[in-house]
Amino acid sequence: MPERRYLGKRIKRREDLRLLTGRGLFVDDLSLPGTVYAAFLRSSYAHARIKSIDTTRAEKISGVIGVFTGEYFKDKVQPLMTAWALTGADLKPIKWPVVVHDKARFIGDIVAVAVAEDPYTAYDALEAIEVEYEPLPVVTDMEEAVKPGAPVIHDEAPNNVAFTWRLTGGEDFDSIAAKADHVMRQRLVNHRLIPSAMETRGALAHYNASTGELTVWVTSQNPHVHRLIMSASLGIPEHKLRVIAPDVGGGFGSKIPVYPGELIVSRLAMDLGRPVKWMETRKENFMGTHHGRDHITDFEVAYTRKGEVLGLRVRTLANLGAYLSTAAPGVPTILYGTMLSGPYKIKSVDVEVKGVLTNTTPVDAYRGAGRPEATYLLERVMDLVARELGMDPADVRRVNLVEKAPYNAVTGLIYDSGRYREVFEEALKRAEYSKWREIQSKARKEGRLIGIGISSYIEMCGLAPSRIARATGFGLGLWESAVVRIHPSGKVTVYTGSHPHGQGEETTFAQIVAEELGVPIEDVEIVHGDTAQTPFGMGTYGSRTTPVGGGAIALAARRVKEKARRIAASLLEARVDDVEYSEGKFYVRGHPEKQVTIQEVALASYTADKLPEGEEPGLEATVFYDPENFTFPYGTHVCVVEIDKETFKPKILRYVAVDDIGVVVNPLIAEGQVHGGVIQGLAQALYEYAVFDEAGNLLTAGFNDYMIPTAIDTPNVESYFVETPSPHNPLGVKGVGETGTIASTAAVVNAVLDALSHLGIKHADMPLTPYKIWEILKEKGVKA
Amino acid sequence: MYPPSFKLLVPQSLDEALKMLAEHGGEAKLLAGGHSLIPLMKLRLARPAYVIYLGKLKELSYIREEGDTIRVGALTTHSEIESSELLRERCPLLAETASKIGDRQVRNMGTIGGSIAHADPAADYPAALVALEAEVVLKSVNGERAVKVSDFIKGPYITDIDPQELITEIRIPVVNGAVGSSYEKLVFRASDFAIVGVAALIVLGKDGTAERVRVGMTGVAEGPVRAQGVEEELEGKKITEEDIDKASKKASEGLNPPSDIRASSEYRKAMAEALTRRALIKALSEAKKKA
Repeated sequence: MPERRYLGKRIKRREDLRLLTGRGLFVDDLSLPGTVYAAFLRSSYAHARIKSIDTTRAEKISGVIGVFTGEYFKDKVQPLMTAWALTGADLKPIKWPVVVHDKARFIGDIVAVAVAEDPYTAYDALEAIEVEYEPLPVVTDMEEAVKPGAPVIHDEAPNNVAFTWRLTGGEDFDSIAAKADHVMRQRLVNHRLIPSAMETRGALAHYNASTGELTVWVTSQNPHVHRLIMSASLGIPEHKLRVIAPDVGGGFGSKIPVYPGELIVSRLAMDLGRPVKWMETRKENFMGTHHGRDHITDFEVAYTRKGEVLGLRVRTLANLGAYLSTAAPGVPTILYGTMLSGPYKIKSVDVEVKGVLTNTTPVDAYRGAGRPEATYLLERVMDLVARELGMDPADVRRVNLVEKAPYNAVTGLIYDSGRYREVFEEALKRAEYSKWREIQSKARKEGRLIGIGISSYIEMCGLAPSRIARATGFGLGLWESAVVRIHPSGKVTVYTGSHPHGQGEETTFAQIVAEELGVPIEDVEIVHGDTAQTPFGMGTYGSRTTPVGGGAIALAARRVKEKARRIAASLLEARVDDVEYSEGKFYVRGHPEKQVTIQEVALASYTADKLPEGEEPGLEATVFYDPENFTFPYGTHVCVVEIDKETFKPKILRYVAVDDIGVVVNPLIAEGQVHGGVIQGLAQALYEYAVFDEAGNLLTAGFNDYMIPTAIDTPNVESYFVETPSPHNPLGVKGVGETGTIASTAAVVNAVLDALSHLGIKHADMPLTPYKIWEILKEKGVKA
Repeated sequence: MYPPSFKLLVPQSLDEALKMLAEHGGEAKLLAGGHSLIPLMKLRLARPAYVIYLGKLKELSYIREEGDTIRVGALTTHSEIESSELLRERCPLLAETASKIGDRQVRNMGTIGGSIAHADPAADYPAALVALEAEVVLKSVNGERAVKVSDFIKGPYITDIDPQELITEIRIPVVNGAVGSSYEKLVFRASDFAIVGVAALIVLGKDGTAERVRVGMTGVAEGPVRAQGVEEELEGKKITEEDIDKASKKASEGLNPPSDIRASSEYRKAMAEALTRRALIKALSEAKKKA
């Protein structure tokens, strides 16, 4: 195999120069001549009937173009519905009107829209709108919401249950429990998080009445999916709607769904004949853009005296908020329940999830989406079992880890490739696990609180293939598209249906293409995000961009190369089979002096006078790639913490991540993904939590109250990779975007609770802030 | 987040600023570093008709020692205070406190006058300033007056300032001799306001007895408070660590700190004790070095 020039190299992100110097082009950087600005009046109550709205005073303000209520939009824009219909789960048809007209169901619901010549005036107008509400009883707690007599949020779901999803795999849990030495029960809360992307959401819509074409620039992770859903809701044919997602400042899942905002400005642009723009304020982003996680789980685990975990029965309530967001039903079910065997040889999994409606912000995919929740549960199980049996938590994992791949999990998944045990041992070795256990034992004698946490995970990502996506009720397939086009000068443009928004694929995709085609990386440009330029594609989420989008690109590049070889053979007057390719040159085997460069071949493909018989001019290929299966990255993370004995503030002393993400395209970028992911996960363990009061007001509606850790708070994350190529895609890659978030929450919580284990603390729910730790110890009557 | 419209006034001198305040006082807000005012305006919680920008008044940015007083101009930034050699030498408690405010960006813009005027109940300066027994100097077209910081801050975001006045200066009595001090701040996340902050100052006499002990706390009440029980317990003693352990337990006496989504009142009381102990131990060790 020839030496790789680009693949696997630490190449700096080409997107950074523009992004770090303020030359990125985001939705809020765009403005068209005559643009007007929309602002949304959000509900004053989390649950209220709207009795009347008086807009007269607002409309009289100079500079206000109009004020529009739910009545206006009712028949013009179809309400949003989820795109993940969840087969066999009795999913209720919940509708989300873009502007509510009868009642508001959470504090982010839009009650009226003001449009003005500038955003300041639009916000002035909001203050002058008079709404008469009839407050209704509010329910924010999902355990309360499913009780008889709870306030009903949607008539379609009289008990506030939007679906009930069940999965049983392997032996029956009761029979396995009867055979087990022990059965343990525990309740776990996986609390609500707020994605908080650096760029808030927004849209700019422009309608050309002469052509009937609507162009919408929107903060989206999946512009083609946005177009399809918006087209249906707005009644604009898909070919007359162009959706452009320019630079997008992070999403973490929150920019997958279609929200009311983009539909409102689109409709108003058509009606007003002027471009209409709206950009969320940060507070709106906290209240109105979807949240993540929010599970309450009761589980039973059956295990042997040797620490073998035989079976799990899991009953989860998943808070979905006031409406079903685009992908919401699939997150706490397909992406969670099927992962409940984890990297372990569990023989029985019986999981039931109820999706619960409450008067809170809708919940949908947030980095990891379902898999962090599954990993958290399993890794708490391992530690709890270890504790009950007096075993080292590492040994319990050793007893249970899957030996080799491919592995058929009882939940129905087939893990692709991996050395689960080797990676586990490597992580422990790199983190000096045994040494830390000794330090811990000495430290305890001095009254210090040191803890060590392990988290082993496996995740399904590279979200595809379509046959599985469809079988679960997902509204679309899950494949990806690519066009690789070599221009007459030999330069290359690649069009991808993925839409990276911070992950660095403008660089990694260029590496893949430059490697495949043997051209300099500078000659390759990656285009994404514009439905008028790129073929239909599914977008960027679920760590799918490189395995699926990159796979499509590699296949397209290979197809182009084959065509180029045929043309080269014709130019070299040789047989195709005798033509070899290396570093951008075709030559005749055994006659290296007889050669043509790929640039010469490219030109020849367009001059088209020396093409082989029957060959079409041009040099490009389009590929729609539907992988045969998911990819399954996995790994083990180890965290060491010390808790301050007076303030109870935990400090991470060591964090080691060993991940197998398959072939690593760019270690620099992959490590960056691990660093960011780990920090986002440990943030849930120690810092972040969303709080609603009983009236449904979000108390953490800004960065001052919602505690995202800063650079100063975060530890050094040591990231290592082990490469076992995935057989499920042409590159052998598995995906890295979510690994850190999936693994780290449990590693950190396990470490903190391990530090307290000798004080009689078995379990405590996150976030383990200093106050929470102090409180846990106080409740136990422990003086640390 | 878009504020309602307002008129921006930019005085070129203190006199001009005072005249503007005399005219618009009740409807005006003063803008210095902007860290408190601008977020409030963007949330439309503050809606001044006039914003008077003080950035041109370089005459209010200084740190100097005159006689037995250190004078800090109201527009002196936190980073200027943090890095002032004069303060590091003569009043290290204030420099240390400034170094623990917010983050670098906040310290480069925020001013001591702005912080005191805003009177956030968890702000850092007030703990140090009550321990230092500092005064706030207020000026209007009608004249000047000086008020002790402990009297000036009357509650959360409430001060003894007249709408026509502005803060020109903070005055700190110089403390000579074997002085040790420390500001201990507990945050759950870097650059936040304090959950609890404790400033301690110890002055040792020639024989090693504590002539003066001052403990100022923030985050535990409606404004900064002195832990007088602790001070009384320790003053006049040749303080040992055991004395500090014992005295610190009095730090939370009579306190009824706020409870919020971050932490309970009870936790804040426990932390007031813990941080008082830490601050006193550091202050004692510093003072002993100078004795």
